[in-house]
Amino acid sequence: MAIRSEPITINLGPQHPSTHGVFRMRVTFDGETIIDVEPIFGYLHRGSEKLAEERTYTQVVTLTDRMDYVSSMLNNQGYILAVEKLCDINPKPRGVWLRMIASELQRIASHLVAIGFLIQDLGAWGTPLTYAMREREKILQMFEMLCGARITNSYLRPGGVFMDAPSVFWDVLDSFIASFPKSIDELEKLITSNEIIFSRTKGVAVLSSKDAIDASITGPILRSTGVDWDLRKRDSYDYYDDVEFDIPIHEAGDNYARYLLRVQEIRESLKIVEQCKKNIQPGLVRPHHDEVPDLLKPPSGDCYVAIEGSKGELGFYLVSDGSIAPYRWHVRSSSLINLTLLKDMLVGTLFGDLFVTFGSIDINMGEVDR
Amino acid sequence: MIGFGLIKGLLVTLRNLFGPIFTVQYPDKRAGIFEYAKFRNKSISRIFLDERKNFFLAILNYVKIPVRNEQFSRFRGNEFVWYDDRCTACASCAKYCPLGIIEIETHPGGENLQAGENYEIDKFSIDTGRCMFCGLCVEACPYDALHMGTDFEKGTYIRDDLVLDKETLISQKKNPSSWFRPQFESSEYDPWKESLPDSKKAGRHEKPTDEDIKRNWVNKRSKSE
Repeated sequence: MAIRSEPITINLGPQHPSTHGVFRMRVTFDGETIIDVEPIFGYLHRGSEKLAEERTYTQVVTLTDRMDYVSSMLNNQGYILAVEKLCDINPKPRGVWLRMIASELQRIASHLVAIGFLIQDLGAWGTPLTYAMREREKILQMFEMLCGARITNSYLRPGGVFMDAPSVFWDVLDSFIASFPKSIDELEKLITSNEIIFSRTKGVAVLSSKDAIDASITGPILRSTGVDWDLRKRDSYDYYDDVEFDIPIHEAGDNYARYLLRVQEIRESLKIVEQCKKNIQPGLVRPHHDEVPDLLKPPSGDCYVAIEGSKGELGFYLVSDGSIAPYRWHVRSSSLINLTLLKDMLVGTLFGDLFVTFGSIDINMGEVDR
Repeated sequence: MIGFGLIKGLLVTLRNLFGPIFTVQYPDKRAGIFEYAKFRNKSISRIFLDERKNFFLAILNYVKIPVRNEQFSRFRGNEFVWYDDRCTACASCAKYCPLGIIEIETHPGGENLQAGENYEIDKFSIDTGRCMFCGLCVEACPYDALHMGTDFEKGTYIRDDLVLDKETLISQKKNPSSWFRPQFESSEYDPWKESLPDSKKAGRHEKPTDEDIKRNWVNKRSKSE
C-alpha cells in the first residue's frame, strides 16, 4: 500500500546560495517529486531602461555593463551595434576586430562560469569551480589590460573601441591561446566522463525542440535540442562572415547536452579569437571626433539589433526622437525568456534536479531584472 | 567500465595538488626569512640583532608581510588625480559623468574679466562614494588635468570621507593611471612604482598660456561680434 501524501509548497530564495542571484521559486512537491514551479523575479530590478532615457548614448554603455555582469563585453557589443545602426556610423576595422576578440573572450569566460556553477549546483563544492575560475581569471586580466576593469568593462565606443590594445596584450593573448586548449582538456577530463555527472544530468529535464522554438528560447539551450540557430551565422554582424567556425549541436536536450555544448562552444570561440588575431591590421580603432562626435544626435527613428550573446539572443531596441538621449531603450534579455520554460522542464523531476536544471539554463539575475 | 571516469578526474586533481599554486594570500602573506629580509631591506644578521622575535617567526615561516597585487597600468582605480594648474574649469568632466557626481564652481578671474578669459575654481569635488569608475570624465578632459587613480583599498567609516574635494585632490599622492592617456604608455611610466607630481609631464600638450588664449580665442570672439 502506498503512503498517502499531501502536496507541500516551499519557497526557495530569494536569498538562497544556489539561485545565482536574488531569484525566488515557489515550488510544490508531492513527496520528492516536483508538481508545480512558479518563478518570481524582480528583486534586482534597477530600472536600467528608464535610466537610459536621461543619459547620452555614450553614457548608456556603462549601464549595459551592469545588466549581465558576467558577459559585459557582449552587452557592450550589442548596444554599440544598435547605436551604430541608428546613427549610421561606419566602424573602423581594427576596432571591430578588437571588439570581436574581446567579446569572444567574454563568451569563453561566461561559459566557464556556467560550467563551474553547474557542477557546483550538482554538489561538487569548489573543486571544478576553481578549475573554471582559474581560466576565467586569465581572461579578466586581459580585460584589465584592455580597459582597466575586469567586470564593468565599458570598453566599446560607437565606431570601435575607446583605445588600442597595449603591446603587452598581444603576448599575453598568444600565451593564452597556446595554453588554453590544455586547460579545457583538463576540465573536461575532470567532468565529462564522470559517472556521477552522467547519472545526475543525462535524461534530466529534457526539452523538445518544438517547445523550445514555441517559447522563443535561444542560445545554447536551443542548440542543445537540435536546432541549428546561431545569430553569428544566421544574421551575421561585425566580421563574423570572415572567420570560420562551427556551431556545435546536440539532439538530446537534457542537462548533459547543455553542459557539453558549452564546452564545445568554448573551443569554437577560441578558434575565432585566433583568426581575429591573424586578420587584425594596424590602423585607427575609432573614428575621429569630427566624424563621430562624443555627443551623438541620431535622426529620429528606431532600430533593433540582436547579437548571439553567451546566453542567447541579446537584442537591443532603440528609439530616438532626435535628441541626445534615447527616447526608449528596450532590452530583449535572453536570460528572462529562457526562464519561461522552467516549469515545463522541472515538473516531474526530483528535488535534487531542481538546482541542477536551474544551473544548466545559466541565467544571470542582473539580466533577468535589468 | 564504471568508475573509470571518476578515477580519471581524481588523477587530474592529484596532479594539480603538486602543481604551482595559483591563489594568492591577501592583504598579508606569510614569508620566510629571505623574503622578509628583502622586504625590510636589511641583511639577515641585522634582523637577528634588531628584531629577534620576527627573526624566529620568519624562520618558522610565520611572519607576515603585505602583498600588493600587480595590476596593469591602465587600471581604473580610486583616488582621482587632478592637476589644478592644468584645469581650465571647462566642466567637460562634469557634463560627461553619467551620475553627475562632479561638482565645479567657478568665478571669472584673471585680468580681462569682461572677456571671461580665465576662470578661478572655487570648488571641485568628486563624490567617489557614488562613482562607478567608468572613466568617461577622464576621456572628456581636453587638457589632461583629470586622471584615473590607481588605488583600490580605500575604506572609510564615514561616507563624507569618500568625497574628494579640491584640497584633498591637490594634496593627495598623484599616481595617475594610464587609462586613456597614451603618453604614459609610450613613456613606460609605471604608476605602481612612482608618483607623478609634475603636471607638465602629465599632459599630451602644455596648458595654453594667457597669450595663447588671447590670440586664439578672445580675439576671435571679438572679431565675430
